Amino acid sequence: MTGTISIYAVVATLLQVVMVALGAPLLVGIMAKVKARAEGRVGAPINQPLRDLRKLLTKERLHARHASVVLVIAPMLIMASTVVAVAISPLVSTHPLLGSSADILVIVYLLLTGSAAAALAGLDPGTAFGGMGSSRAMTIGALAEPAFLVAVIALSIQSGSSNLPSIMVSTLAHPQWVLGPSRLLALGALLIVVIAETGRIPVDNPSTHLELTMIHEAMILEYAGPELALVTLGETMRLGLLFSLLANLFLPWGIATHSSTLSLVAGVVSLALKTVLIALGVALIEVRSAKLRLFRLPELLAGGFVLSVLAVVTGLVTR
Amino acid sequence: MNSTYIATLELAAGAVLLSAIMTLWRRNVRSIVAMLSVQGMALAAVAIVLALHEHEHALLITGCLVFLVKGLVVPHLLRRVSLLDPRSRESRPLVNVPASLVFAAALIVLSYVVGTRITSLSPSSATHLAPLGLATVLVGYFMLVTRRRAVSKIVGLILVDNGIALVTFLLTSGVPLIVELGSSLDVLLVVVVLQFLMVSMRRHSDTDRLTEMKALHD
Repeated sequence: MTGTISIYAVVATLLQVVMVALGAPLLVGIMAKVKARAEGRVGAPINQPLRDLRKLLTKERLHARHASVVLVIAPMLIMASTVVAVAISPLVSTHPLLGSSADILVIVYLLLTGSAAAALAGLDPGTAFGGMGSSRAMTIGALAEPAFLVAVIALSIQSGSSNLPSIMVSTLAHPQWVLGPSRLLALGALLIVVIAETGRIPVDNPSTHLELTMIHEAMILEYAGPELALVTLGETMRLGLLFSLLANLFLPWGIATHSSTLSLVAGVVSLALKTVLIALGVALIEVRSAKLRLFRLPELLAGGFVLSVLAVVTGLVTR
Repeated sequence: MNSTYIATLELAAGAVLLSAIMTLWRRNVRSIVAMLSVQGMALAAVAIVLALHEHEHALLITGCLVFLVKGLVVPHLLRRVSLLDPRSRESRPLVNVPASLVFAAALIVLSYVVGTRITSLSPSSATHLAPLGLATVLVGYFMLVTRRRAVSKIVGLILVDNGIALVTFLLTSGVPLIVELGSSLDVLLVVVVLQFLMVSMRRHSDTDRLTEMKALHD
């Protein structure tokens, strides 16, 4: 890998970024559509999130009067950390540029950088809702993070490496791992973590601005225009990244493992199919469940944590 | 054949421990009882898979017995007991749910650390899984001490029993049929006794929280 940069690696990296940037809003649109249909409404077209982004980009930049430079920098930080994480993760191909540094801890902390920036941006204008939202988001983040890390350790125990591409390659080589108890438990834990991190329904309701319950919406309340577009796109891409990682860690089939045009095309198609499948699953969870009370959230996240510990121990026992 | 055997065994043993964790996680007594039923069936699956692999007919019979008693009859009776109480929730456990889940995680790690020392004495694909049974026993004891309701305490007791059964199956490929029969019927008896007890407790004091009972009357 050193020295020469393969053209396929560059193409794969670009494909990943473009695909997540355009595909993740569509995933959100699909989830909204499924929810609407399940509730007997027609719902917005699935490209509505993309249209919203385009509309926001044409609007004027406005800042709150007391806001500092944090409010300006945070959207860029959120976007930049997410784009880097998307670029180096193995989503379309197992050999993107810098794939060797796609350690799972790097990805977790890149995403954490984005969350920390969002929380600071919520605090910055000094409004009550922003502070409340940041505090809640950090509480949930602090509870979800251990479960995330431990679940990922469970995955790396089996493959003997915490590098994402090599976890996927070794899963492809040992398909029986996928239905092993350790994998299934880690899948359960990661599903809870992903729902918490992306602020979907049992944890947060992305479609309301009800002040008592909102978490993520409260943080970005002070943003308008292009900066709101940047924050929203960043958060949506993070959802796309988490869904794609979930899909590829547990069903890696289809991902491009060698450098050819055909396998890249197969990688793109399979990634799209798998993430749509996960989006449908998450949308069904959202339809079937009500938002949990904030004080019940630690129960859910502690459940995720104990599942991930269980995944590690069964992984060690059955090794 | 061999890898399917190992995979099924791992899955079933994992399901036993997972359902033990789920009983700590859920508050609704009815879903706790449903988890117990899943656990009984997973335990039976362990016994049956082992029996098919080692061609032991006695173990096969034990497995079917476990399926009947712990998978169907005991949960059914417990469901009937829980119907006696309209407030079907474990409202105030002594240790709250998130803390007890974290505690359960610690117990699982403890049983792994202790259990692997024992299982490394005679390594095989079945004995490796014994720490999962040990963890189930510990989680059961934890539930026994921290939950207040009579039904939850019985669930804890059954978890302990199931965990012991899992360890026995995995380490020794099953005890003589008569011993397993004894322990299964024991649990059944406890549940039946509980049913009578609950009715009389309810008549006396309108509660089934054992800590709130100060004295026994005749």
